[in-house]
Formats: sequence, structure tokens, C-alpha cells
Amino acid sequence: MAKRAALGLYKDALAAATAVDNLKQNRFTDGEIDILSGTPYPEGAFGEHHIGHKLFVFPFIGAACGFSVGLLLTLGTQLSYPMVTGGKPILSVPPMAIIMYEGTMLGAILFTILGILFESRLPRVRRSVYDGRITEGYVGVRVECEPQRFDAALNALRQAGADDVKFDNQPGLATT
Amino acid sequence: MQERVQLSDAQINRELLSGVLHTPMWFWGLVLLLGAVVGVGVLAAGVLIYFGVGVLGLNRPVFWGFLITNFVFWVGISHAGVMISAILRLTQAEWRRPVTRAAEVLTIFALSTAALFPLIHTGRPWRALYWVFPYDFSRGIWPNVRSPLIWDPSAIFTYLTGTILFVFIALVPDLGMIRDRTAGWRHKLYSVLSLGWEGNPRQWRLQAVAGILLSALILPVFVSVHSIVSWDFGMAIAVETWHATVFAPYFVIGAVHSGVSAVVTIMALLLWIFKLKNYIRPDHFDALGRLLVVVATAWLYFYVLDFFFGMYSLEPQELENRTLIMFQWPMSFLFVLFALASYLIPIPLWLSKKNRRNIPLMFWSSILVNIGMWLERFQIIVPGLLRKQAFTFTWANYSPTIVEIALVTASFALVGFGLLMFSKFFPLIPVWEQKEGQLLKDDVQVGRARVPGLVHD
Repeated sequence: MAKRAALGLYKDALAAATAVDNLKQNRFTDGEIDILSGTPYPEGAFGEHHIGHKLFVFPFIGAACGFSVGLLLTLGTQLSYPMVTGGKPILSVPPMAIIMYEGTMLGAILFTILGILFESRLPRVRRSVYDGRITEGYVGVRVECEPQRFDAALNALRQAGADDVKFDNQPGLATT
Repeated sequence: MQERVQLSDAQINRELLSGVLHTPMWFWGLVLLLGAVVGVGVLAAGVLIYFGVGVLGLNRPVFWGFLITNFVFWVGISHAGVMISAILRLTQAEWRRPVTRAAEVLTIFALSTAALFPLIHTGRPWRALYWVFPYDFSRGIWPNVRSPLIWDPSAIFTYLTGTILFVFIALVPDLGMIRDRTAGWRHKLYSVLSLGWEGNPRQWRLQAVAGILLSALILPVFVSVHSIVSWDFGMAIAVETWHATVFAPYFVIGAVHSGVSAVVTIMALLLWIFKLKNYIRPDHFDALGRLLVVVATAWLYFYVLDFFFGMYSLEPQELENRTLIMFQWPMSFLFVLFALASYLIPIPLWLSKKNRRNIPLMFWSSILVNIGMWLERFQIIVPGLLRKQAFTFTWANYSPTIVEIALVTASFALVGFGLLMFSKFFPLIPVWEQKEGQLLKDDVQVGRARVPGLVHD
């Protein structure tokens, strides 16, 4: 069954944290609750669970790939065109190390970017309920749940003193 | 940072996104002016390509002149972004917030402009592809990786790619803000660019980690780029006066000196043009000024070191080169100008806090530094080549032609044009970082003083 989404908007971060508490008391799980803000709040400001990630693995994989490409490029091109220049050996390690170093760093940076996007779950294609006021200072608490628990979610959001509550079948809904 | 004013999120949005959402008339005037100067540069490049390198003032033995000087200069300027941004992010320096993006974007445009110059300098830019990129395998000929001229493109490509991605990742939350404030095609464009950003805790957490991780990755690249540029000279067998082991750190610290000075110039321009007095304050110039005093003095140390190494070895080429630079007209004039502009005038000025907080003074003195640093690169490159040869027919003087002067002038307009166009589509001060600074600012009573406290996770 398709899930329904509701978004409560709060001027105050504490009210948003209360909304999250209300939802949890009504047995909504962390996976069903999302907190949206235009500003990075310190971790745990809304009582949300610790966010784990494996971003630090990505640069190492990228560095290994970049190093390999750099090594293959410098080895391959010199062996394919074995012309002695400047009296240096065909496989001259110091210049190879420079290209390999740049390749390693480029690989690490590219994979880090991919890691950031992957771990941030971006790009986000599926549209859900959203409001532009979030980037104006409001904090949004969004719940996505089964239709039979939807009323409980709306009540929990309103009880925390939401300035506005929007939900997914509302006409003219602002979405991302 | 004791001077911040309390700003609401709506006010920060309104003030920092005004350049993106509204276009004042002066913007188009400036675009036209800078565009015209860039157009002159394009014309000069066309003349060079059509008539060949004979239109440049180069002649044996001076084969590198204004264009390569300008290349080194702009690579140096490009070191501002990462130096400022990465180090300040890693150390969580609070005053970084309004400075980082302008510095990073300056890196992008300065580096792109720098990369144009060796290509233009060849006179046949398309042929550079044969030398640089490993694609011409049909003839079995590959680029010579033993040449420093191949190391340069690999370093610049890595640095430019890394910086663009660094800027983009930090820009995503701001793109989401612009998306929420636009309609029609602009809304669609920013929706795509913001990648569906919503600002949930996971995205913010990753954004914070990304800033630190990318800073740590890009700093070694930043050091490598100007080291490699210095090896274009240091590893050249034929020019004895370039054989200096201190060239790599000397170039890197010189790049930071000119780059951070360029950031001061840009910050002052941003403040005046976009009226951002709530964000760019005298204390930012004070902090940058203090940093510059340290950086400039470190640079002076390497300059003196390079000078003494040359003198102490008593190599005739070194002695001849220093005599040419310091005592023979017009090089002696340029030397005095360089010494005054790059260190002797600005640094004593910046020792005073009052002067560091005087924004017009900082603006003009930072420009002075970059005049000096441009001349420094010229003095490294041209006098080193301009030495007496065994036969008089292989010994000529160097003076730039109008084509070279036009290209160098256009490069400044091109960087300005790039920054201006960027400011039309993206905020030059990170909006979300400003909001974070406001959020984490909470006054703390210390004795009888109330000072802003800041917490970081």
C-alpha cells in the first residue's frame, strides 16, 4: 500500500524536537521520520539517531584506482614509445611518481564526491511533501507512514505546536 | 569575531541571494566593460594564431616572456582558494564563513585562465593536444612523461577538477535555497542542480564531513601544483639560474602570498559592490592581514634563501643574473618596484591593527602586493633566459609586444568576468554557513564582557 506523507513546520527547533518525541511515543520509527532544516543543527538537536556512514572508505578506493591508472598510463606510454630523452631511463621512476601522485589524488577526490552523494542519498529523485519556508528558518518534521497511521502522525505534529501541517494530497502542495 | 550582528534566516537569504535573484543595471555595465576587454584579448589571441609567434616579443634566447609569467602568476593566485578554504575549514576557524567560497571560486577562474596561457603561448594551441593527452596512439607516439611540461597539465587538471567539485558540494544547500525562491525555468534549473537537496540531518552531517575530508584531500594537491610549476624551471637543464632546490616551497609560499592578497581584494570588492557589511567586516580584513604578514615573511625567507644560495656558490651565471636584475636598467627599476610593492610597503602597513581594519587601505595594498608578485615571476623567468650567449646572434633583448600586453590585460578582465557571471547564478558567500554561524552564536558572559560562544559537533 502506498505510504502517505505529512510535514509539520515549526519556527522553533525545540518544538520540532517535541514533534519528533511525540511521533516516537506513537511508535513511529526513525526510518519514518525525517527532519528538514535550512541550517545544519548540531547532531542530536532533534533527538534523532546517530547517523552512521562509510564515507571514509571511498577516498581509499578512489586513491587505489587513481594510482593504478597513473601507473598503467606512465608504464604503458613509455613502453609503447621507448625513446630516450634527457639521458633518462625509459621507465624513469621520479616523473612516473609525479603523474601517479596526481592520479591517486584525483581518484581519491572523485570517489569522495561519489561517496558524499551516495551517503547523502543524492540525487533524490522521488518527490515528497516539502515547503520552501524550510530554507527561510522553519524546521520541518516529515512523517511517511501507512494510511491507517496517518491521523496519528498528523495529531502528533499538531500537538507539538506546528505553525502549519501539510500533507501529500493537498492541492497546490510545494514539493522539491 | 566579536562584531557580528544578529540576523534572521530570511534576512540572510534576502541579502546574500539578492545578486542571484535580482540584476541591477550596473551589473550589465560591468559585464560589457569586462567583456570588451576580454574581446580585445580574444582578438590578440586570434592575431597570434593567424600570424604565428612572430607577433610576440620572444627571440633567442628568451623563449618564455609575458605569457608564461602570466601563467605562473595566475596559478599562484589560484592557490588562494584552497589555502584559505581548506586550512580554515580544517581548523574550524569561525571567520572563514564569508571568505571561503569567493576564494574557491577565484581559484577556479584563476586556474582556468592560467591554463590558457601556455596553450596560447605555443601559437598553435590545438597541437598542444599531441604533447599533453595520451590519445595519438595511431602513430605510436605518446606524451613524454619525463618532461615537466607534461606534469603541469596533470597537476592543473587534478587541482581544477578537485576545486570545482569542492565548490559544487558546498554549494548544493544554497542551490536548494535558490530553488525555493525561483519559478519557471530557473526553478527547474536549480532543482536539477540542487540534486533534490532537502536538508535532513544525514545530508547536513555528510556536508560537514565532506568539507573536512575534501579539504584534507585537496591540500596536498594544492602544494603539488605550484611545486610542479616551479619544476618547469628548476628541472630545465639549459638555464643555470633556475637550478635551485628551494624553488618548490619558494613558489608555493609565493603563490599563497599573492593568492591571499587577491582574496583581500575580492573581499573588499564584494563588500562594496554587493553591500555586504553585515557579513564582511573589518575583523575579517584584520585576520587576513595578520595571516598575510606571516605568509609574506615566510615568502621573504625563501626569496632571500634563493638569493644567497646563488651568491654563495659564486657561479658566474648567478652573479651575472643578479647583477642584471639589481643594477641594470630597466631590470633594476622593476626590482625596486617589486621589492617595494611585494613586501616593503604593505607589510609595515599591515603590522598596525588600525591599518588592517582600514578596508580601502587593505584593498589598495593587496593590489600592490600582486603587482609586486607579478614582477617577481617576471624576474625569475626573463632575466634567467636573458643571458649572454657565446655568439651575439643568439643573444637578444626582450620587450613585450602589444599582443602580449593585450593578452595579459585581458586575463585580468577574464577572471573578473568569470567571478561576475558566477555571482549572477550562485551566491559568492555561503548562505548556509552564515546561518550556521548565527545558530551557533550564543553570547557567553566572561567577567563583565559578553562574548559570542561557538560550538561545533
